[in-house]
Amino acid sequence: MRDFLYHTDRFVLDLTQRLTDAIGIPWVVELIKMAAAAVLLVGLASVLGMVLIWIERKVAAHMQQRLGPMRVGPHGLLQTVADTLKLLAKEDITPKNADIIIYYLAPLITFAASFVCLSFLPYAPGMQAVRFNVGLLFVLGISSLGVLGILAAGWSSNNKWSMLGAMRGGAQIISYELSAALALLTAVIFTGSLDFHDIVESQREGWWIWRAPVVGLLGFVIYTIASTAECNRTPFDIVEGESELAAGFHTEYSAMKFAMFFLAEFVNIFIVSGVSATIFLGGWMPFHIGGMDGLNHVFDLIPPWVWFFGKVMALVFVVMWFRWTFPRLRVDQLMHFEWKFLMPVSFATVAVAAVLATGGWYFFSATPAAPVPQVAPKHENAKPTASGAHGERTWGTFRVQAVSFPNV
Amino acid sequence: MKADLDIFYLGFMALVGVGYVLGSFWFSRLIAPSAPDAKKTSPYECGEIPFGGAWGQFNVGYYIFALLFLVFDVEVIFLFPWAVVLKKVGVFALVEGAVFLAILVFGLVYAWRKKYLVWQ
Repeated sequence: MRDFLYHTDRFVLDLTQRLTDAIGIPWVVELIKMAAAAVLLVGLASVLGMVLIWIERKVAAHMQQRLGPMRVGPHGLLQTVADTLKLLAKEDITPKNADIIIYYLAPLITFAASFVCLSFLPYAPGMQAVRFNVGLLFVLGISSLGVLGILAAGWSSNNKWSMLGAMRGGAQIISYELSAALALLTAVIFTGSLDFHDIVESQREGWWIWRAPVVGLLGFVIYTIASTAECNRTPFDIVEGESELAAGFHTEYSAMKFAMFFLAEFVNIFIVSGVSATIFLGGWMPFHIGGMDGLNHVFDLIPPWVWFFGKVMALVFVVMWFRWTFPRLRVDQLMHFEWKFLMPVSFATVAVAAVLATGGWYFFSATPAAPVPQVAPKHENAKPTASGAHGERTWGTFRVQAVSFPNV
Repeated sequence: MKADLDIFYLGFMALVGVGYVLGSFWFSRLIAPSAPDAKKTSPYECGEIPFGGAWGQFNVGYYIFALLFLVFDVEVIFLFPWAVVLKKVGVFALVEGAVFLAILVFGLVYAWRKKYLVWQ
């Protein structure tokens, strides 16, 4: 039980061992583990959709001094269940001029892409369905398949609102993806790894948001803004701005096909918050302050997955808070904000982060970066061939490093 | 956990994701009514009688931004392996990265001065 709460990696190993002892065939054991992971993730996606939609409605209501859903279940907890049942029983209308195959593929791509991303997140030690050494890059790649779904939906509906929404959405999402990737890059520079597990482990001494001086916080803020835009959330919701474009790219979608877009949107919010929590806020690592052992022990009592979901839910709340705080941007304001403000700032952040990481100028850099090669005195630089041994050695250092590059 | 096994996990999760969507479509088809008529299946234009199709021309600005995105996104992808090895390689990688970033920023400044970043 203790293992289940605190040392989930040991729990998984123990379970695997017991299964192997009981069954004996390795690939059957793997198949059972795969099925278990799939069941857990399907459950997570479904529960997330239900809970996040309920939270969103409650947050919205309370910010506007209303009560929100109150009738179905205590405090309206079962409202989303009722809504899902209603959507299941609704007539599925396919517009007569639609491009049928693409029309059906669009919700499928959108949801499948966000579902696959769920399996990459490290929920607790050892609780990660898919672990790649390029995990972060993979998640960035798969999550950008979502824009394909939006474009496909808008194009295939053969509706003017859908088309406008999809084109705007495509332009917006691909633009903000650049800033999001650059912001994540700042933490990757310090971590030196794209593996989610390694990234979390590297934050044992402290979270990157404050361990990397200033640039960590800056990267976190940039990622929060850019990921809000990638999820098409207000203030960046020109894709489906309900007062301008009916419902944007999913105007022509009804019943379960609409539900899939809706579910994918909330799963996406969870994923970007999860990535942000993992990269900048230490994932499942508890909050520790060096030297204050009493406090650290208290924080250790909270299980890692509670830490993870707590951080993610806090970030999700921030995204929902945005929606009722900022007015929607115009298309031109949106593009200018990204290309003329956010992009230069993210480039500067990456540059400063690179300098700080190379110099080892961040908190708790226990293993300093590679020794800085001595800069040769000026008179040697002027004539490297004639200056003899010293000049040779300086250039030699560079050459050795250049050769060792592919082996690293 | 070995990386080659993780590939199977990934494929399995993708299948489950697709299956989830198809399963809910199928279930909805079982219990939902279906009575399409001409009014229901016509494109929604706020209740007006729709005219013309939607597959027409659109603003060329989207195309320019797509091109810009392509350039910068490919270069950001190149930055990822650089970021991974930066701390191990040290100053050499820092200088190379600085040159690369300078070229990138030059591209951005060029597009800015040429007024490609102005939304029309």
